[in-house]
Amino acid sequence: MAAMQAPPPDPAATASVGTATGAGSGRPADGPVREASLWSDAWRQLRRNPLFLGSAVLIALFTLMAIVPGLFTRADPRACDLTNSLVRPSGEHWFGFDLQGCDYYAKVVHGARVSMTIGIATVAGTALVAVVLGTLAGFYGGFIDTLIARLTDIWFALPTLLGAVVVLAVLGGKGLPQLTFVLVIFGWPTMTRLMRSAVLSVRDMEYVTAARALGAGDLRLMYRHILPNALAPVIVYGAIRVGIVIAAEATLSFLGLGLQLPAISWGLMIAGAQPRLLSAPHLLLFPGLFLSLTVLAFVLLGDALRDAFDPRLR
Amino acid sequence: MTNYVVRRLLQVVPVFFGATFLIFALVYAVPGDPIDALAGDKAVEPAVRAELRDRYNLDDPLFVRYGKYIGGLATGDFGTNFRGRPVSEIMKQRFPVTVRLALLAFAFEAVLGLAAGVLAGLRRRSFMDSLVLVSTTVVVAIPVFVLGYLAQKLLAVELGWFPVVGIREGWRSYFLPAIVLGSLSLCYVARLARASLIEAMRADYVRTARAKGLPERRVVGVHALRNSLIPVITFLGVDLGSLLSGAIVTEGIFNLPGIGQATFSAIQTQEYPTVVGIVTALVVVFILANLLVDVLYAVLDPRIRYR
Repeated sequence: MAAMQAPPPDPAATASVGTATGAGSGRPADGPVREASLWSDAWRQLRRNPLFLGSAVLIALFTLMAIVPGLFTRADPRACDLTNSLVRPSGEHWFGFDLQGCDYYAKVVHGARVSMTIGIATVAGTALVAVVLGTLAGFYGGFIDTLIARLTDIWFALPTLLGAVVVLAVLGGKGLPQLTFVLVIFGWPTMTRLMRSAVLSVRDMEYVTAARALGAGDLRLMYRHILPNALAPVIVYGAIRVGIVIAAEATLSFLGLGLQLPAISWGLMIAGAQPRLLSAPHLLLFPGLFLSLTVLAFVLLGDALRDAFDPRLR
Repeated sequence: MTNYVVRRLLQVVPVFFGATFLIFALVYAVPGDPIDALAGDKAVEPAVRAELRDRYNLDDPLFVRYGKYIGGLATGDFGTNFRGRPVSEIMKQRFPVTVRLALLAFAFEAVLGLAAGVLAGLRRRSFMDSLVLVSTTVVVAIPVFVLGYLAQKLLAVELGWFPVVGIREGWRSYFLPAIVLGSLSLCYVARLARASLIEAMRADYVRTARAKGLPERRVVGVHALRNSLIPVITFLGVDLGSLLSGAIVTEGIFNLPGIGQATFSAIQTQEYPTVVGIVTALVVVFILANLLVDVLYAVLDPRIRYR
């Protein structure tokens, strides 16, 4: 899934970035060349970071869980037996059973799909909007910049959670597409500002001027020279954002505004655990644990990426 | 300075109108007829319906309705809800609960967050530093409703240190909800304070301060801390607004009758005037908090004034 592709771009594919405007022809054809672009430096740094490796393993695990839950459990989360209602965890059924007598481990495993899908879809959508708007604002400045700046100001003044509740009510439906949409429209301003300031800091670099002098058009400048060198902050924030979005989806579903009951989602499971907090604490514990671990993995990934991209911290 | 403040005040105008109009348009775009919702299963008499629609300007075009609403706001009138109760009255009843909760959470996150961040930042890679880093990461990862239930079960139900729900016990009832509400921001404050203090401690002006022989207390307290506080203050200012509006989950878990709960039920019963009124009030609070932060910012950092 996209989660695994986003963080460490293949050094070979992006290595030309740093030398794009330099002498591309003078490179020896064979022999190991130590690439020194932003991306290859970051990748070298990441590979040695235990935080990155740990979070990558966790994310890989949850991604696998989302794509093929059958690998982790053979039980059907929808095949329930009321005689098992609220049975506590045991050696055979690690996570016990829920109120309807469904195997809770199977349910928790199947819950990964919703969280991962919404986390990645939302952040991909937000990043797309933010990269386009932020690049335009930073590159052209002037009217476009002012317009986008005022729009983000307005958005920042809106209370996010209450705003999301209202928009969900307007949309009517309460499925994955609606949730993704709402989380994108309340997530774009922060990322757009990040992108804009990154573009601003790159725009007047000498290699950009050089490329312009060689006759590169606006689009080529933005795409080939500015974008690759301005993406780092958005990627770092994006990783953390996946975690935030996953928690937000769970919160909305928990409030009854997100996914509705036949759906299997950690937020819904926790909402269902609420009335039985005392008699069946395992109903809260396991989905809460998985949810927190997923969020944790993305937050750690963001931290590791920031350390890798920000040379000041080395 | 005056120049800067005036320019900043002018920026408030489009934000206020933009945000309130957006929320106004959105709320009234929610499908379903509020008059029908009012009557429940019964059909509404045509004459009654016409009277109600007229009283609440429901047949006016959106812009006219918004204009009338803003006109009312200018005189302090937040309108009445569909049951004839003034929205300001509802807010007067609900806001104190949320404000108390938010202020307590704010104090909690500001004091503890700054203390933890500064302690960690001063001794990098010490035990305290690792403790702060690990614990903040863990708490950030736990969604607020999971944290809320855990805290409620462990600290209120099992140990009995706090009331479980409600606001019957005065300030005591607000402590646990405030800790839960403020915990996420506390982590951000601690990490922000730590990071910016570390950066400041490496700055040239700190080396200069050391070189001219100032005692360490002055180097840290005056030269490093004051500068590193700027991003933390920005965050805290903006966060006060989000604490007020983000209390909806915490209020639900601990059953506090605040504005989060009021908005939530108002949306479900299609009491649009209540929703618009509360969100508008929150927008105003948010704008004011931002304004205050920016002015404070200019006081702390002279470079901003002259930009």
